Amino acid sequence: MERIPILKMGRFLLVTIQVDMHDRLALTLQDDLTSDIVKHRARGVLIDISTLEMVDSFIGRMIGSIAGMARLLDAQTVVVGMQPSVAITLVELGLSLQGIRTALDVEKGMAALTAAVSDAREDADEGTEF
Amino acid sequence: MTSTVTSKDRLVVVLEKRGGEILTKWLEIQAAGGRNVSAAEQQELRRQSRDFLDALKAATQGGSIDDITGPEWDRVKDLLTDLSASRAKAGYTPTETASFIFSFKQPVFSELREEFGKDPAAFSETIWQTTELLDKLGLLTTEAFQKTREDVISRQQQELLELSTPVVRLWENILALPLIGTLDSARTQVVMQNLLDAIVRTRSDFAIIDITGVPVVDTLVAQHLLKTVAAARLMGADCLISGIRPQIAQTIIHLGVDLANVTTKATLADAFAIALRRSGQAVVRAEKRQAAEVQ
Repeated sequence: MERIPILKMGRFLLVTIQVDMHDRLALTLQDDLTSDIVKHRARGVLIDISTLEMVDSFIGRMIGSIAGMARLLDAQTVVVGMQPSVAITLVELGLSLQGIRTALDVEKGMAALTAAVSDAREDADEGTEF
Repeated sequence: MTSTVTSKDRLVVVLEKRGGEILTKWLEIQAAGGRNVSAAEQQELRRQSRDFLDALKAATQGGSIDDITGPEWDRVKDLLTDLSASRAKAGYTPTETASFIFSFKQPVFSELREEFGKDPAAFSETIWQTTELLDKLGLLTTEAFQKTREDVISRQQQELLELSTPVVRLWENILALPLIGTLDSARTQVVMQNLLDAIVRTRSDFAIIDITGVPVVDTLVAQHLLKTVAAARLMGADCLISGIRPQIAQTIIHLGVDLANVTTKATLADAFAIALRRSGQAVVRAEKRQAAEVQ
C-alpha cells in the first residue's frame, strides 16, 4: 500500500508529501504520524508540502487536525513550503489553520521548530522548580 | 422575360457593366464626405474600395444577396473587418467607418436607375434588396469596429493591472507592496498572487502591504486584505498593513471589520521598523556605530 514516509531526525519527525494527497493516504498518514510521535517520543513534527499543488477541504482540514493531534501528544508542528495557490485555496475555503506554525522552507521551519521546542522546555523546567 | 430576372441578377449586371463608374463616383463621395486625408491614405482608400468592389462582384455572382453567411461572402466580410479594425486603430469615429459602406449606396442606386429605371417595379425591388444587403454589411463594419475598440480597452486594462501591482524588496527578507488606486476583486486577485509568488521567490519572512494610495476601503477590500494576510501567514510569512489614513481607520471601525489579528501601522516607515525588529535586524546611525566599534 502507498504510504508517505516519516523520517526521524533526533527528537523531530520529518514528513515530506511528494505525491498527490488523496483521502485514504491522508488518513494513513494521520495514523502513522500519531503512532510514530508516541513511539519515538518526538517533540516536533515538520510537514513539508512544497510539492503539493492542489488541496481540497478534506486535505486542508487534515493538515489542521494532524497539528492538533501532535499538540495533544506534546509535539510542536510546523507546516513548511506551502505554494501560493494552495494558500489561496485554503483561505477561500475558510481554513486559515489558526494556531499552526508555518514557515517558508525546511530550513526556516527547522529553526522555528527548534525555537518552539526550547521555549516549551523552558516553560516545563520553570514548572518543575516548585 | 423580365419576370425570371431577379434583383440579384440586376445587381450583378450593374456591378459588372458599370463597375468603373460606380467606383469613380464612390471615391468622389468618400473624398467629399470624409476627413482630410494624406495622399498615402487616399491611395489606400482607393485600393480598399477597389478590392471591396471586386469582392462584392464575386460574392453576388456566387452567392445569394439575402444571406451573407455563406462562404461566398467570406472575402467581403474579411475585407470589411480588416478595414474597420485598421480604422478603429487609426482613431476614426464609428460614423466615418460605417460611411465606407453607406456612401456606396448612392452610386449603385444611380447606376441601377440608369439601367432599370424604365421598369419601376423591378427597380424598386432591386433597390430594396440592395439596401438590405448594404445595411447588413454596414452593421458588420460597426460591429468589427466596436470589437477592435473593446480589445484595445481590455488590453489596456490588463496592462494597467500589471503596472499597478509591483512588489518591491525593502530589505533582506522584507517585501513591500504599495497599493495605488481602487481595489476590486480582479485586481486583488492579481495583487495577492503577485505578493505570494514574490514571497516564495525571495524567501522573505515579512511583507508589508501599504494602502496609502487606496482611496476607499469598503468591506470587500478589507475582506481581500484579510485573505491576503491569512494566505501569507499560511505560507510562513508575516504580513503587516501600513498606510492607514485617519479616514480609513474610521471607515474600517464603522464597517465592523475585525483587523485585530493583523499588525497595522499608520506609516510604511513604522511597519518597516517593526519588520526589522521582528527579524532581529536594526538600522543605526553611522556615527553611533563607529562610536560603538571604537569602544
